[in-house]
Amino acid sequence: MARVVVDVMLKPEILDPQGQAVANALPRLGVAGVEAVRIGKRIEIDFTGEADLDKAQEIADKLLANPVIEDFTIRVEESEA
Amino acid sequence: MTAAIGVVTFPGSLDDGDACRAAYLAGARVLRLWHADPDLHGVDAVVLPGGFSYGDYLRCGAIARFSPVMESIIDAAKGGMPVLGICNGFQVLCEAHLLPGALTRNSHLHFRNRDQLLRVESTGTAWTSSFEPGQQILIPVKNGEGRYVADQATLDKLDAEGLVVARYVDGNPNGSQRSIAAIRNPAGNVVGIMPHPEHAVEALTGPSTDGLGFFSSVLRHLAAYERVTTS
Repeated sequence: MARVVVDVMLKPEILDPQGQAVANALPRLGVAGVEAVRIGKRIEIDFTGEADLDKAQEIADKLLANPVIEDFTIRVEESEA
Repeated sequence: MTAAIGVVTFPGSLDDGDACRAAYLAGARVLRLWHADPDLHGVDAVVLPGGFSYGDYLRCGAIARFSPVMESIIDAAKGGMPVLGICNGFQVLCEAHLLPGALTRNSHLHFRNRDQLLRVESTGTAWTSSFEPGQQILIPVKNGEGRYVADQATLDKLDAEGLVVARYVDGNPNGSQRSIAAIRNPAGNVVGIMPHPEHAVEALTGPSTDGLGFFSSVLRHLAAYERVTTS
């Protein structure tokens, strides 16, 4: 099994009210010094054979991320075995 | 022959029943379309209703866009068939790239459910020809992810080319950029709207009957089209 990890984040210019809500909750935890929080998604794709970065790129581009509002990065996760 | 409006049901659609009733009250023949069936059964126009298609998993509309029925609807829309996306249907149209931009989480994070005043700005579409330019209409809005966003160039293009169909008046319920509530494609056959015209078609249940105008518009559009093609 080979795993490819896709990280999807809202583009910097897109408002992330969810992240803001988390940031606003931090003082209630007694945490100070945090300027901003932004929330994204991590998607793990397990291939049956070799990790196929081209296929992962296509999956991310067509389905996992909406290029209008989101950016994504792709990497192969090295197995720990 | 009376025009037929198809209303799609995805797993998780909520407002398909109301959309059918609105089309029926406007005088259309109504056919229900199923997400897994690519056959449009000869309908003349399609409504993509509100709800939470495929559980809104990943992003609202992201998975519905790849359903068999949508493949056919995307082709038909490119060929000029009128398509109206309401709420979740608007999200599906954006995900399908039939309309620009995207719908994101409301800026205040709250689900917003209220009767909303809109100003109709584009009456040259298949779905809004029954309205007067600048007419204000009252229809319910109910969404958690209805904030319209697009890049600056897209927003400027929408404004410059008159592609904004309706804007929120008396308060923006979700933080939409430029108070956009509804947009169209340049051809005018595809319209996406975040508030719900199908919930404002009868005095008993709606704040007005303004929503009927969308459905009577498309019937008028289809009747005119039939006259042109048969003469």
